[in-house]
Amino acid sequence: MTAVYPSDAGPQAYLQSQIRWRTAEILFWLATLLPFVATPNYLSLASQIAITALFALSLDLILGYAGIVSLGHAAFFGFGAYAAGLISKHGWGEPLSGLVLSGIAAGLLGYAVSFVIARFRHLALIMLTLGFGLLLLELANSASSITGGADGLQGVKTWPLLGMFKFDLYGFTAYWYALIVLFLLFLVSRRLINSPFGLSLRGIRENAVRMRAIGAESRPHIRMIYTISATMAGIAGAILTQTTETVSLGVLDFQRSADLLVILILGGAGRLYGGLIGAIIYMIARDWFSGVNPQYWYFPIGVLLIAVVLFLPNGILGGIAQLIDTARGRRWFGWLVSPPWRRRA
Amino acid sequence: MSVPALATSGLDKRFGSLVVAHSIGIALPQGVRYALIGPNGAGKTTLINLMTGMLRPDGGQILLGGEDITTLTPEDRVRRGLVRTFQINSLFPHLNPLEAVTLVICERDRIARTFWRITADYRAAVDEAYDILKSLLLAPVCTRETRELAYGQQRLLEIALALATKPKVLLLDEPAAGVPRDESAELFTAINSLSKDITVLFIEHDMELVFRLASRIIVMVSGGILLEGTPAEIAADPRVREVYLGGAAHG
Repeated sequence: MTAVYPSDAGPQAYLQSQIRWRTAEILFWLATLLPFVATPNYLSLASQIAITALFALSLDLILGYAGIVSLGHAAFFGFGAYAAGLISKHGWGEPLSGLVLSGIAAGLLGYAVSFVIARFRHLALIMLTLGFGLLLLELANSASSITGGADGLQGVKTWPLLGMFKFDLYGFTAYWYALIVLFLLFLVSRRLINSPFGLSLRGIRENAVRMRAIGAESRPHIRMIYTISATMAGIAGAILTQTTETVSLGVLDFQRSADLLVILILGGAGRLYGGLIGAIIYMIARDWFSGVNPQYWYFPIGVLLIAVVLFLPNGILGGIAQLIDTARGRRWFGWLVSPPWRRRA
Repeated sequence: MSVPALATSGLDKRFGSLVVAHSIGIALPQGVRYALIGPNGAGKTTLINLMTGMLRPDGGQILLGGEDITTLTPEDRVRRGLVRTFQINSLFPHLNPLEAVTLVICERDRIARTFWRITADYRAAVDEAYDILKSLLLAPVCTRETRELAYGQQRLLEIALALATKPKVLLLDEPAAGVPRDESAELFTAINSLSKDITVLFIEHDMELVFRLASRIIVMVSGGILLEGTPAEIAADPRVREVYLGGAAHG
């Protein structure tokens, strides 16, 4: 059962309550600061996680909210990564403007592709996005004079952030840079899904036929969210380039698109935090498993994925939400879902 | 006489050699309650699909308030005030009624593409959604997910979604389908208390509901219109008894 609110509180009060910051959310974002003090040797990994989380968030907007499947989202991640690399290689290493330009580049590509995407659903969409991803990968591979091909793009230099903070070897600057961008775009996403536009996206996901019968055109909505999602994916890719100062073909790889889908399903699609939680678990597990067994580390990942889909069909976050729903009234987890300053005695 | 709210002339549709609509011509004056009856397979739902643009006719014309809408998309027809509900619930399972009806209003008012303002800030839209739900007795369950609602409540939500578009002409495809008799009173009240500005055409098999609600009745048989008249005329017509009421006296 969903939240029960007294009807006399009014419909606005109910909708308002849906977007209040919950205690668990505040704790989550505080916890993202922990690596600075708890695991300072792992800040590079932490920045990789933040980048992946942003990438997963971009997929969640189209898959989790609008129900648009993609098996080629690395295309936009990679496009943003190469855009950032090329801008830097050709003499402009300022990170913030480079980030914005790369995001715009990926967004424009997303906008162009969205005209095709908006016409299809389900299986056709999987094949289309898959094909598009492979196309872009081979394009980058063959255009080696521009991209460096299989050798990767050389000569990427990122200037200090705001002219003051150098990107150090330990990933200190890299992590807080990635974290701040992630947080800002998360705020944008959070507002977006609680807007009338977000409501329409969920409508498309739930019942596209009915959308037509209430006079709503789905395609312009899909084009818009696809463009936004591609922009975010491109920004994630650009951060990777800027913080590692290299671009390889791997940014466009099919494996990256597939991993992303795994991450989102693991964490729970359509919940904003699903991609974030999924990215944390997946990246840490991968780091750990590949340390234990560098050759067969995908094996435990496979087991994890099967276990989650079998026992938690709505992902890890979906499972937690269900737990809280059952426990509501017993006041075990109530504090997690209502903000501390709004709790009744 | 004023222009009919909805009219068709010579509407034809065939699937291969199967004729599902044969030169259908109807004219619904504004504010009238029309029932569309006929045996299974008579083409009642097909007619609704043709009028709402879900199917494209092979020939003929559809006029909404005197304006030719034959070639418009379903979305455009809804925007001009021709709205339908579905015989089999076609709702948004994971949205709650408040969200679903607000969604319809935001789409109608063309604010559905703003993503920088939250929905709760559109107080007028949310209030209107809540009022519609209240009028259909759905206010107490408006924050529950649609899939959790009782079947009868889901049927009412079907109507709520259509009403939120501010229709001029409302086509109800078996609004009481599957609702147990003792629960259909709420549906009856809902349909009966619809604004008199709205022209209503409804398909229904429950003859009691038809004769209580409709001011005029259209009888369809195998893709064509058999006759049209007041409930008393229809009940007395021997042809109707033969094809539809099975010869047995009714009422």
